[in-house]
Amino acid sequence: MKKKLGLATGIALVSALALAACSGTSSSSTKPADATINIGSVYEPQNLDNTAGGGQGVTEALNGNVYEGLFRLTDTGKVENLLAKSFKKSADGLTYTFDLQSGVTFHSGAKLTSADVKYSIEKVLADDSQSARKSSLAPISSVSTPDDSTVVVKLSSRSISLPYNLSYVWIIDSAAKNLKTSEDGTGPYELDSWKRGSTLSLTKYKGYWGTAAKNAGVVFHYYSDATALNNALLTNAVDVVTSEQSPDALAQFTGNSSYKVTDGKSTTKLLLAFNDKVAPFNKVGVRKAITSAIDNKQLLNSIWGDYGTLIGSMVPPTDPWYEDLTGVNPYDVTLAKKELAAAGYADGFTFTLDTPNYDPHPAAAQIIKSDLAKVGITVKINIITPDTWYSKVYQKHDFQATMQEHVNDRDVVFYGNPDFYWGYDNKQVTGWVDQAEQASTTDEQTALLKKVNTQIADDAASDWLYLYPQIVVASSKLSGYPVNGLNSQFYAYDIVKK
Amino acid sequence: MVSYLIRRFAFLVVTLVLASIVLFVLLRLLPGDPANALLSVGATKEQIASARADVGADLPVIEQFVRWFSQLARFDLGTSYISGLPVGPEIAQRLVVTVPLTLLAFVLAVIIAVPVGFVAAYKSHRWYGVALSAVSQLGIAVPVFWIGVLLVTFFALRLQLLPAGGFPQDDWQDPAAALRSLALPVITVAIVMAASVTRYVRSAVLDVLGSDYLRSSRALGASFAEAMWRHGLRNASVPVISILGIELATTFLGAVVVESVFALPGLGSMLLTSIAQHDYPDIQGVLFVSTFAVLIVGFLADTAQRLVDPRLRASVSGNRGGGSGGGGRRRGVGPASTAVPVAALPGTTDPGVVRS
Repeated sequence: MKKKLGLATGIALVSALALAACSGTSSSSTKPADATINIGSVYEPQNLDNTAGGGQGVTEALNGNVYEGLFRLTDTGKVENLLAKSFKKSADGLTYTFDLQSGVTFHSGAKLTSADVKYSIEKVLADDSQSARKSSLAPISSVSTPDDSTVVVKLSSRSISLPYNLSYVWIIDSAAKNLKTSEDGTGPYELDSWKRGSTLSLTKYKGYWGTAAKNAGVVFHYYSDATALNNALLTNAVDVVTSEQSPDALAQFTGNSSYKVTDGKSTTKLLLAFNDKVAPFNKVGVRKAITSAIDNKQLLNSIWGDYGTLIGSMVPPTDPWYEDLTGVNPYDVTLAKKELAAAGYADGFTFTLDTPNYDPHPAAAQIIKSDLAKVGITVKINIITPDTWYSKVYQKHDFQATMQEHVNDRDVVFYGNPDFYWGYDNKQVTGWVDQAEQASTTDEQTALLKKVNTQIADDAASDWLYLYPQIVVASSKLSGYPVNGLNSQFYAYDIVKK
Repeated sequence: MVSYLIRRFAFLVVTLVLASIVLFVLLRLLPGDPANALLSVGATKEQIASARADVGADLPVIEQFVRWFSQLARFDLGTSYISGLPVGPEIAQRLVVTVPLTLLAFVLAVIIAVPVGFVAAYKSHRWYGVALSAVSQLGIAVPVFWIGVLLVTFFALRLQLLPAGGFPQDDWQDPAAALRSLALPVITVAIVMAASVTRYVRSAVLDVLGSDYLRSSRALGASFAEAMWRHGLRNASVPVISILGIELATTFLGAVVVESVFALPGLGSMLLTSIAQHDYPDIQGVLFVSTFAVLIVGFLADTAQRLVDPRLRASVSGNRGGGSGGGGRRRGVGPASTAVPVAALPGTTDPGVVRS
């Protein structure tokens, strides 16, 4: 009796679940402007404030969508006016006068005034700001507001990148509170809800000053597991995946006409960073030898298949001063051995490679180890957590060599800072970086940064293993989404679902 | 029974206080700096110092503890360093997923395991009894995530019957949608749980089947069903209840794997994220609530055993009166954790149970 009852209840429960399965509502066709776009990503914001450690995810979800700067960095790397209608630079390059767009309101309804711009810039410069951009805005000596629609920024030294750097400064309502968990921006969307660990949803802001978003809203769905993310796309739970994490899962999309796979340019470089201040990496010859001993093409292929790019330096193709420098330290084992001998290490040496514990670092470290074994260098792989990396490598500079992905664009300028964790100290390069920032034309700036780029490649300051691909996979019904995703930004307002 | 309940409640409170201290100390012993998660490459020395001040990592450990404990005494779990969200409400939000997941899986597992285990024991000499036993053995050997992946591949990707993962944004507003999201994770967990519970049910029933009291009952004229219903099931249920308690607690804590496979915003995924970020308030909050849940489950399992088995009720006074050697086996340990069910099966000569 008992047995039958148990079985019957079991069957009932299973059928109830199955019934629930069948009763799901199927998506009906809606007009594009009424459609909500479901975006899948692995980068959940840590919080909603980009000056308080929000991380990569907050840029992806909110930059340009919820918050706007005076300028916008387009998906192709150009800097355009946004909340600044126009700007004037004084002859000495030390005073910038910004004329603000009119009719701009925050999502709370408050009007945008120059005081909000001043507040927002000063927030990034404040003592307690955790903004990664703080040091690039260091030349700003004062911000003043002659009237409600004009902002004047004075600099202590010329800064040709100011408009670019300001594209990262979100203009925030000066009265807004709790920016870690709420928002008050001027963008085409406002925050509807953030369910940590799951979703962040944005709805169209009716009072938007510019061209309205082409969809009704977007929902970012967050996944900690890349397979779960791809499954969500396969089952139409999401319409687009902002950035695929490995090429393994792509086969199921490339041969399928329901999906589009784009191979865009990211700004994320995988570095084998030497500690240029300690032996044997203080010798240029040793660094060049290692760079020539590692087969980057093979490395990239084993991790990303046919995707990704070799660049031979720190500058990605979307930066204006990009040059293909893969020929500077070519893969050549004989050359590597010669350089090692010339540097006094004919018999090789042993070093420890501090390797972050997440993909692709451990796999890449194994390949490096076997490549370097061929020239007599023994690599001891030391797997560490991101937290340990930050304390040990970044803060204490307590390492011989490490691996790290550097995600930002225009970050070749880090080589001009001799105190940076990799300890590259070339007075000429530091000088060029400074001069480039003080250049009066972009041509001049570009020429100087190209010199920097070539010099660090000549010095093999680091080994730039490869540039990550930026692979976006979307339903073929979708159009208007960004394919390059510079610095992981993902503008959603032009996305249309047929 | 009342004095038992009072003692158990006092025990619960003391354990929670001790657990909060242990939790706090262990977390502080782990290497790592909670400020690092807030910082990025390019941060200056001043920014690093200010981030440490933000998360309170610059304060002496004692002061951090006093701060946390005084909050705890006011039922406040604090605010996350990283997200800025209050910990308590976020845990509540996560429990909306994890509790139904655990309980549904538990119920389903019991519904599967009890009859299957019974048949596996009762028909242990038949081919299907052996087969059921072998399948349950297999179920224990297979990892949870693999079952999850198989179910997703078949039911979500191929048949497109159920969602592959995620949970509705509006939680349980639409119960059907929420159930659909939970269906595959529930079945995944239930399969694994059922497999191991089946093993215990089977051995408990086998022992009962070979017992003298069952034979005596049959000799006194009871039919097999009657004898089993009156004496067999009650005796077999004692070790099974303690195993169910452990299974329930393990599933609650172990939900992290299945939550990751199915992208569910549950307590397990919150714990995983907060550990990666060294977000002490979040970690402490989740572990504290989990400890509490496990203690409650242990308490319920113990109480249920007492209700089923009068010998355990009797042993309370015996223990109080100077201890009864190894007899007080359910005393003073948290969740029904130390019971070794098969070894602790009711003795076959115990007169207290046969009351026909």
